[in-house]
Amino acid sequence: MKQKLTKWRLLTVFGLLTLVLSGCGEPFLSTLIPAGEAGQIAYDLMILSTVIMVGVVIVVSIMFAVAVIKFRRKKGDESIPKQVEGSHVLEIVWTVIPILLLIILAIPTVIATFDLADTKAMDKKNEDGTTDALVVNVRASLYWWEFEYPNEGIITSQDLVVPTDQKVYFSVKASDVKHSFWIPAAGGKIDTNVDNINKIWLEFDNEKAAEAGNIFYGKCAELCGPSHALMDFKVKAIPQDEFDQWVTAMQSVEESTPTDPEAAAGQEIFNQKCLSCHAVTAADERPEQARLAPNLTNFGDRELVAGILEHNEEEVKNWLADPEKYKPGNKMTGTYGELSDQELDQLAAYLMGLKVEQ
Amino acid sequence: MSTIAQTQKRGFAGTVWEYLTTVDHKKIAILYLIAGGFFFLIGGIEAMMIRIQLAVPNNDFVSAGLFNEIITMHGTTMIFLAAMPLLFAFMNAVMPLQIGARDVAFPFINALGFWLFFFGGLFLNLSWFLGGAPDAGWTSYASLSLASEGHGIDFYVLGLQISGFGTLMGGINFLVTIINMRAPGMTYMRMPLFTWTTFVASALILFAFPPLTVGLFMMMFDRMFGSGFFDVAMGGNTIIWEHFFWIFGHPEVYILILPAFGIFSEIFPTFARKRLFGYSSMVFATVLIGFLGFMVWAHHMFTTGMGPIANAIFAVATMAIAVPTGIKIFNWILTIWGGSIQFTVPMIYAISFIPSFVMGGVTGVMQAAAPADYQFHDSYFIVAHFHYVIVGGIVLALLAGCHFYWPLMFGTMLSEKLGKVTFALFFTGFHLTFFIQHFLGLMGMPRRVWTFLPGQGLETGNLISSIGAAFMAAGVIIFLFNVVMTQVKNVQVGKDPWKDGRTLEWAIPSPTPFYNFKQLPLVRGLDAYWIEKLEGKTEMTPAEPVGDIHMPNNSFVPFVISLGLFIAAFGAMYQVDDKAWAIPVLIIGMGVTFGAMLFRSIKDDHGYHIHKEDLLDDADKGGTR
Amino acid sequence: MAAEEKFTPQTWPASPEQATLEGKNKFLGFWFFLGGETVLFASLFATYLALKDSVPSDSHAKAADLFELPLVFLMTMLLLTSSLTSVFAMYHMKNYNFKKMQQWLFITVALGLGFLACEIYEFIHYYHAYEHTFTSSAFGSAFYTLVGFHGGHVIFGLGWIITLMIRNAKRGLNLYNAPKFYLASLYWHFIDVVWVFIFTVVYLMGMVG
Repeated sequence: MKQKLTKWRLLTVFGLLTLVLSGCGEPFLSTLIPAGEAGQIAYDLMILSTVIMVGVVIVVSIMFAVAVIKFRRKKGDESIPKQVEGSHVLEIVWTVIPILLLIILAIPTVIATFDLADTKAMDKKNEDGTTDALVVNVRASLYWWEFEYPNEGIITSQDLVVPTDQKVYFSVKASDVKHSFWIPAAGGKIDTNVDNINKIWLEFDNEKAAEAGNIFYGKCAELCGPSHALMDFKVKAIPQDEFDQWVTAMQSVEESTPTDPEAAAGQEIFNQKCLSCHAVTAADERPEQARLAPNLTNFGDRELVAGILEHNEEEVKNWLADPEKYKPGNKMTGTYGELSDQELDQLAAYLMGLKVEQ
Repeated sequence: MSTIAQTQKRGFAGTVWEYLTTVDHKKIAILYLIAGGFFFLIGGIEAMMIRIQLAVPNNDFVSAGLFNEIITMHGTTMIFLAAMPLLFAFMNAVMPLQIGARDVAFPFINALGFWLFFFGGLFLNLSWFLGGAPDAGWTSYASLSLASEGHGIDFYVLGLQISGFGTLMGGINFLVTIINMRAPGMTYMRMPLFTWTTFVASALILFAFPPLTVGLFMMMFDRMFGSGFFDVAMGGNTIIWEHFFWIFGHPEVYILILPAFGIFSEIFPTFARKRLFGYSSMVFATVLIGFLGFMVWAHHMFTTGMGPIANAIFAVATMAIAVPTGIKIFNWILTIWGGSIQFTVPMIYAISFIPSFVMGGVTGVMQAAAPADYQFHDSYFIVAHFHYVIVGGIVLALLAGCHFYWPLMFGTMLSEKLGKVTFALFFTGFHLTFFIQHFLGLMGMPRRVWTFLPGQGLETGNLISSIGAAFMAAGVIIFLFNVVMTQVKNVQVGKDPWKDGRTLEWAIPSPTPFYNFKQLPLVRGLDAYWIEKLEGKTEMTPAEPVGDIHMPNNSFVPFVISLGLFIAAFGAMYQVDDKAWAIPVLIIGMGVTFGAMLFRSIKDDHGYHIHKEDLLDDADKGGTR
Repeated sequence: MAAEEKFTPQTWPASPEQATLEGKNKFLGFWFFLGGETVLFASLFATYLALKDSVPSDSHAKAADLFELPLVFLMTMLLLTSSLTSVFAMYHMKNYNFKKMQQWLFITVALGLGFLACEIYEFIHYYHAYEHTFTSSAFGSAFYTLVGFHGGHVIFGLGWIITLMIRNAKRGLNLYNAPKFYLASLYWHFIDVVWVFIFTVVYLMGMVG
């Protein structure tokens, strides 16, 4: 019964909202177009609270408008209105009604709070230490994201890849200052603390993912420095079988020299200047303190360069020539000296060739 | 005696000296108003720069680092250096008069509180010229603020510490004043609502500022003296800062909004000519809001990872605050219901406050639902929410209060016509700027972003928001013009200029004599002056015969004590850079402060008396100054 | 007026600290101030408990390694006794016996100085024996901040009482300085109460681990 009522309410308000808004933002970014269960729980609660609160605003506004219009002082009216002290009945009414409204809101709030915090599946370890649930360790660093799949033994950066239609569990932390991990369309955010690991789950519906072009935007939601605004990442939500292919492809990547001579020259420069921080294989054995920069195994498959620039060789070169221009305060600037135009061409060719997808 | 004559004619230098040494609550109120107004303008300019930068995607009006400094200083300035001092201005100007007191309990401490706030604020703003302002947000979360380079955060820590001491002193002063200095017959349940809200806000200050002090001390030790409170490598924990900041920060919201409620609770009855509906439940609601304000701080930290149990508890506790706030709203509506409403500028602000604030309030309840807040948190939805509360509640109250109490403070009346223009511009601009921000947040825009990329559906909303900001700026400029014009014309309006004044402050001759009440009034009920007026009288019944009045002496010591801390702060900050002069400066500064305190303690200061004969003389001439 | 008036033990009011409006205001204001101080120390205690024994590596000293009962017990006794002697001083203040009040205040100050000396010795000992300093670990920072804040209060309280004693040595009691003596003694009690909590929470609980 209650559910029915909520559903009915949802419909009306959804209609109203669409009218008012004439759109709820972009499906790859907006919290108003939830992409999965976690987002839906938050969204339902948002709608429920909005309905109650819009109701309150309307009631108050009407009472108030009537009072203001009806009791205007007429010109030359010097009469003294009746001095009313108060009314116990009225006061009880407007104490009890809000309490009832709040109880209606509080119960689903508490239920949803516990639902969203349920990450028990992460603790159910098999004998070899892996879990049946898909777990991703998220590590936020100044202006980039690392995603480690401990069960699969692979690491990627910037583009999170997840299978649709199943719960994905995240354990998040930060390596320098506090950030916050947020995929608005998929659900609420969780802070990546420097002190401890936080856990959260999200889920991506296959259909919703398809509507959004299988790509969602992720954001950093906690002020972390000059380029906080540019600390974006992308989420590729793909069906389970494609995800499995991707994992296999990632696992099988080994260091090899590209056939293209330009790219091969690029690799040489890369090994000299970049490899001490970056990596090009998904199975990076170094401890996380040594992983100072994004893993570039599948750089060629990325959606954007550095999370913000269009994905083409030209932008790669721009970025490499002067990262400070695009992400002020980043940690890469000045770590590898000047690059000549030729070196830039070679590096870009090498990097764009780092692909695992066919 | 000569004391009265002395106050009458002064040159410019004399006036400046008078204000540097004054301990008179009415003059301190003016100091607060000027200083707070000045910082409000600085904060406003910062706000405009934020909106210009965000008007279009990929804008480069300001750089990324500078933007973070601007948002940090905008928030810090507006809360600590504008909103609070401006409310303190009204508390100082009005509250002692409302309770029928000749002065506050501690005139010296009152002055000290002002100068500490002023030097703290000055110190903080000097950061712009000395290597960069703080850039970790007004919340200054520990990991980022420890990582921040330069001295920006040091300015934040030391400046807020100094001004925080001032606020704390002000709070204690008001508490004691209200308890001990009420006129005969002014029982607690006859106190005007503004006095009540001042009382509760002061109690909140007393208990909320020490946690901030401790947090700031720890931050200062970590940044300047090598301790490890927030340094994870040393075993520290950054979440401690978040807790302390919000244990202070949430009550702070109520410290600001309660006096604003108080101002509106005075305006509604005055211009509806009807007593406040449900006075006792209003008082009860005020106290309850103050109490609950301490129980809910962690709702600012739902995404910190406190676990579902803590989140659920704080969610429900937060929702509970909506109940007393709702009581207040309905009482205000019922106050004007059946009244005779006169649309003066203060009343227009008060009327517009109700729907504006209700909108800010309901989004607050929405955020209390923790799982929904996981989405709202740190998005533009939050920005919209707290601006609805702070601008729609506090700033409207401040503007209303300026118009309403201007005659009491300066003896002149701000132009109603210009006031209405200001209102129209400001109110339109306010809703234009902030309403759309709710949706920007829901559409996935995080807060505190220096820029945003095109193609995310955020362009239109941001442009509308920036246009709205321009309207608000125009409103403020016209308000300033209004102030200047009014003071240049200087048309004195006399006692009870609104004609419908209800409380004691309107029963005093204008301009207010420096001793406030020649004879303490006898209070016979709520709305004391109104009661007398209904019986056809124009003055309060005195509760005592004319007698000598004891007055405190002016003192330069508060200025010196504050100056000492101001100097010491530079020393504490630059000793980090191993500057040779830094430690001596630190010592000299502390020496000045403690020396001045010792001087104050050793030198007796008994004040002086205004003699009965002078008072009677004075009355014949009709007012003083 | 009344503040400067000379009194005899007979005309001296029962509560001299609250006989004038100024005195009443100070009395109340000071209690509020102590309320704020309580929150301040509560915050410091909370920090201490949160950071207790959090050290970067096991080579750093922890609470159980550091604290030794005899010294801390001595300090506690010194401070508790000084609280008692300040009560005596206030008893004589209320009886308008200036000389006796000064004597008891003098003993209070002496005991307070003794406490301070022990504390300084204690800190130096931790430094030399355990390299436990303000900057060695978060635990060290929290410990020295909490105990040091209290020590700072002791120093301020001593300075205050000494100033009052010297300033009023020649002129005796009146209604202007009686509230000042009273508040200084109130402050001293507060310091004592805080120490009782430090003794329990930091030292006793620290020693049991």
